[in-house]
Order: sequence, then structure tokens, then C-alpha cells
Amino acid sequence: MARSITYREALNEALAQEMERDESVIVMGEDNAGGAGSPGEQDAWGGVLGVTKGLYHRFPGRVLDTPISESAFIGAAIGAATAGLRPVAELMFVDFMGVCFDQIYNQAAKFRYMFGGKAVTPVVIRTMYGAGLRAAAQHSQCLYPLFTHIPGLKVVLPATPYDAKGLLIQAIRDNDPVMFFEHKALYDLAGPVPEESYALPFGEANVVREGGDVTIVTLGRMVHTSLSAAEELGRDGVQCEVIDLRTTSPLDEDTVLESVEGTGRLVVVDESHPRCSMATDISALVARKAFGALQAPIGMVTAPHTPVPFSNALEDIYIPDAQRVVNAVKTVTGWSR
Amino acid sequence: MIDDRIVPVTMPKWGLSMRLGKITAWVVAEGDEVRVGDDLADIETEKITGTLEAADAGTVRRLIAQVGEDVPVSGTIALIAPAQVGDDVLDAAVAEARAVIDAGVPDDAGGVPEVETVDVGGRKISYAGAGADGDVILLVHGYGGDRNSWLFLQEPLAAKYRVYALDLPGHGTSAKDVGDGALDVLADAVGGVLDALGAARAHLVGHSIGGAVALAVAVRDPGRIASLTLIAPAGFGAEINAGYLRGFADAQTRRELKPVVSQLFADESLVTRQLVDDLLAYKRLDGVDEALHALLGMLLDGDAQRPDSAAALAATGGAVPVTVVWGRADRIIPAAQAEAVAGAVRRLVDRAGHMPHMERPGEVQAVIEETIARARLRLRPAMEATPPARGRGLDARRTGIGGHRGWPRRRSGLPVSPPSDQHVLVH
Repeated sequence: MARSITYREALNEALAQEMERDESVIVMGEDNAGGAGSPGEQDAWGGVLGVTKGLYHRFPGRVLDTPISESAFIGAAIGAATAGLRPVAELMFVDFMGVCFDQIYNQAAKFRYMFGGKAVTPVVIRTMYGAGLRAAAQHSQCLYPLFTHIPGLKVVLPATPYDAKGLLIQAIRDNDPVMFFEHKALYDLAGPVPEESYALPFGEANVVREGGDVTIVTLGRMVHTSLSAAEELGRDGVQCEVIDLRTTSPLDEDTVLESVEGTGRLVVVDESHPRCSMATDISALVARKAFGALQAPIGMVTAPHTPVPFSNALEDIYIPDAQRVVNAVKTVTGWSR
Repeated sequence: MIDDRIVPVTMPKWGLSMRLGKITAWVVAEGDEVRVGDDLADIETEKITGTLEAADAGTVRRLIAQVGEDVPVSGTIALIAPAQVGDDVLDAAVAEARAVIDAGVPDDAGGVPEVETVDVGGRKISYAGAGADGDVILLVHGYGGDRNSWLFLQEPLAAKYRVYALDLPGHGTSAKDVGDGALDVLADAVGGVLDALGAARAHLVGHSIGGAVALAVAVRDPGRIASLTLIAPAGFGAEINAGYLRGFADAQTRRELKPVVSQLFADESLVTRQLVDDLLAYKRLDGVDEALHALLGMLLDGDAQRPDSAAALAATGGAVPVTVVWGRADRIIPAAQAEAVAGAVRRLVDRAGHMPHMERPGEVQAVIEETIARARLRLRPAMEATPPARGRGLDARRTGIGGHRGWPRRRSGLPVSPPSDQHVLVH
């Protein structure tokens, strides 16, 4: 049995092991070291929620604090990747993408294509997403569908400590730009993680629970919400198959389609907004490619089409919970013509 | 128990790290008559799903553990008792058992041995053991396996012996570097663990390539090896399922791996998603891909087996008692190769493939105990030997650490003969 560590520790270990293995790996971002220029305060933070803590002293000169200018340091990381380094840049909140989006979608995502396959851009942009931290509308969004939309980017959303380590190692070794999404509510989640290094391939969904009645396709934090719902439904005799997509680009279509062909019913659970989201994308996929298997309309559980509220009470009901997943599954299983 | 006539059915301990089990389905109902070996319940652990069999006959009077509920190892999950035992007595026993289940696993629950490591030629080798007294048994897994392959055997054997299992180089949590993949690299690791244990003599149990490794260790120092139990050992003939070996080494995804691994078992339903996921997690560790491919070079000469275990066995000069065990439904190395294990007692196991120690652990345990008994009585005429526990080692089960009772799969009707120095081919 592997030892148990947190999601945060798993990410830290992945960074440390890759920095140990490959000296071209560097880490950069706001407060990644923690208080640059103030001796004695060095490494106080290790990033806003402590993921890079301890790396500054272990890897001198390879953990860089940057100015509060995402356009500058995300651009610098992408440029460094084209020039031979493997930078892991931390975009503190994905909500800040607005000021560095050109560097990501118009530059990093295009180099391999526009230079005829001769350029590689092995950059990882780690970023926090999701509601639940009372951080209001500009620090709580789930913007992964925007990146999934863009060819040339890989988009990764680990749900467990095991996946966090293996997917981050793969992201660092990958020669394409990777958007790596960490849900802020998952950092303290503990689970078994091997001490050794390992890479998990992209485009391989994880069937986290098997069941024959309904397929629940989900990702990120919602994997745990869906599992709670599946547990409750299981006690009522409804067996849910829960699929964690793990990466939205590339997308493991086969695992989703094979499951729905077995169950005939689909509920997609996505913390993002309901329009142009993973929920609509997976629904469209199944409607196009597994229509004949469907025995009921597809269910979607998402956040509402509003900004994330700052009010505690409103934020709590904004985030999809297990009860909403249970209700959606019951609607789908109870449906008749 | 409150009344001697009540026989508790307890949560078994499948594997050294198991602390909890969950009943996924009861096969029996209250009031059913059961015979020894009848299926009682399907049980799920973190690692594996198995079927618990009755270790005692009688009437099932109470089912205590609910389906889906976590039960600590050795917690009482049902009661078998004759009709004469009154309801009030049974209810008191249920209340006692219920309190144990509700208390859960204590935080300081012992019984999980620390994984130890030893440096052998610059490689970290992991091993774990259980059992305080008695002869030392070292379990040596096969290609792509690890020390957890013995989860159904190690704990019950530990009731009588000091039982250790190691991770060969390239496997489990041992160093992944296997050099050129030579058999000697693996044999060095086994020797290193024996040294670390301070074992002047030990019984070796080797599965598949682990059998060839055990033989290589015996050739080096026959006086150190008290007995050899070889389970579907490599190297006793040319034929082998090379497609399996290459398929296992090359598989990158669950889809690729599952049909390959299914060939290991007679009953393919044993290949659960968890089993495939665990193997995939192992295969994805840095260095494992290189190790598995390096070992292929040692295992295969074209599509034929490269190791010559028959020659190795001859080189031991008959100094070591040998038993060979083979699943009749082995699709990796044909069971007919048991014939080539000269001078060995032979046991063929029905309804088992290449992993009889997982599919029919009770029978394999009985064979190991019988081999050890034979080694102890080696200087006495065979006819004077005391027969060991028949069948599936029920005595060991009753006294097992952690109240281990019952095996994970259906009991076989295969009779196991008393020990003999003659070469016995059962069936």
C-alpha cells in the first residue's frame, strides 16, 4: 500500500522529482519562492497556497518569483520553452488569463503548427480554478472549457493526489503547451501516491466506479461530488458508472461512448457554466455517436449561468452538490416516453 | 463466544495490509445449512474481490454484517449454530459482534508488517514478512508480479512459519534497474534477502520465473535451501506463451492490458478493474518499462523459453526436496512441463491457470506445508511420516493470525495425497 499524501504534496513531489531528473525544468510565478528581495522571508509562501514550498532552497536559481504581470511572465515562460527550457509557470488564478491570453492561445498554441512541426513549446501553466473559497466572481471561475476549445493546447484536471502527481509529470515531459488546472478545494485531499516517479498518459479517462444503470461523466472536483451521489444512489439500487475525464484535451471519447452503450443513460456533471462547457460538449458527443444507445434524454448538472456569488449562502447553492446529481440521475432513470 | 456451540464466521485477512473488508453480497441466508467449502459471501477489499467459503458446517443462524458495511479483519460477520441454541443466546452474541464492527479498526491496529529494505549490489530490495517462529519461507513472485501476489497465502502460512515475500528487482517497490536482466541479478536479490533475514536455511517458494530464480539460488548453495516449491516454474521446456509476455511488457493502456492479464487465470472474472489498474500503475512507474523489456531477453529465445531450469535442478544433485505445482488450465506455460521436473513430487490443480496461488490458495498452501513436512522428515522412511492437514490446511486456518477463516474461491474436490518420496502425479 502506497503512503498517503495530499494533492498539494503530490504536486510538490512531482515538481521536485522532475526538477531533480531534468535540469531544464524551472518554476516561475507570483510568490513561488515567496517575497523576493526580502532576505529571511524567502520561501515563506511557496505560491499562494503553498504548492511550490521548499523548492526554492532545493533548486537554487530555478524557482523564480515574478512581478505581478501575467502578460510578462506567462509570455516569458512560453518564450523560454521555445528556447529549450521546460518552465512550469503558475498563473495564480485562472481568472487572470484575460491579461495573458494572447500569449497562450495565439502564440504557445500555434507554434508547432505554424512552424511546420519544427518548434516545440514544452511549457506547463499551472492554475487554480473553481468556487468554494469565498473568493468572489473574479477568483472562482472554471474556465477550462475556453482552453479546451483551442487546438494546440492540452488541458488537464486531476481529481486525486495520484492523478495530480502522474499528470503533472506527464505535463512537464510533454512537448506541447499544457494547461494544468488545480481545484482550490482539493489541495488538502489525501490519497495513496507512490513515492517513485510515474507519468499518466493524457487522453485516458478513469472509470472510478463501475455500474450498469447510468453513466456519470465528470471531472475535477465534481468527481468527488458524483461519487458521493453514486454511493447514495447505490443504496437505492441504482448503479452508476462514474467516469473522470482527467484531460479534456485530448478527450477519451471511447471510454465515454463504451460506457453509455452499456448503460443507455448519461448525466454530465461539470462545475463550469452550462453554455459551451464540458457538459454540452460531452452531451453532443454522445448524442452524435451513441444516439442509438440512449434510452433517456441526457442530464446535465452544472453551475448556473451567472458569475460566482460572493455571498456565502449563494455560493453554496451555486456549486453543484451531490443532491443535484442524485436528482438528475433519478430524472434520467425515471424517464419514459 | 458466549456459547461453545456457536461458531463465528469472521472477516478473513487477505493480504498483509488488509484491515477492513466489505460484504458486497451474502450468498447464504439465515436458516441455510452450509457445508465446509460452501460459498458464504462475496467480499471486497481495497485490493481484491473474493468469495468467502465456509470453514465449518452447520446452520447459518444470524447474518450480522450488512452489505456495504466496513468490517474489521477477524470481526464476526455471521453465526453458525445448531437449532438448540436459543435466540436470546444468539442475540447476545450478535450484540457482542456488532460492537466490534461498530468500533471499526483501532488507529493503532498492528499486524501490518513494516516493509523492510536491503541493499543488494547497489539495488534497494523490498521485502515484508509475518510470523514469529518456525522455519523461514521466502516467497518469490513471477514476471510482472510483486510480493502482494501472495496475499492469500502469506498470512495463513504465518500461523506456523516465518513467511517473507520480496519484490524482485524491477518489480514492486524494489529498485527498477535490472541491469541486463540476467537471472543472476534476480537470484542475487533473493540471496541478499536471505542474508538480511539471517536465515541459515530457508524454504523457497517460486512462481513462474520466480521458480527459475529459486532454483538458481539453490544451485549456488544447496545446503541453505531446505525445500523448493515451484509453482508453474519457468525453464522446464521450450514452450511458453511468448505473446503473453510481450503483450504484458508492451501494453500501455487498460484496454491493451486486460485481455493479456486475463490469460493468467482459469476464471477470467478474477481480472477486476482494480487488478488491471494496479498493474497499470506499476507499469507506469519510471524504469519499469525498461526492466520488463530487459527481462524479456532473459526469458525468451525467439518464442521459446531461454532459462534451463532442468539443468539447474540437476546441478543441485538431488540435495533439496522439490515439489512442483501446476494449474491444469495454465495458458502461459503448459502444465505438461511438470513431467520434466525430475525427482519432484508433482501436484496438478484443477480449475486454476498460471496463478494457482491466487485461484486455489488453499491447495497451494497444503502443498507447501506438505513439502516442508517432507523436508523435515527427509531422513526418515516416507511411510513413517505423519500426514499433514489434509485438503486445504484447515488447522492452519483455524489458528490463523487475525482469525483467518476461509478461502477466496470455491473449494475444489481435488484430493491431496499424504506426503511421499515417490513421484506422485495427482489425477
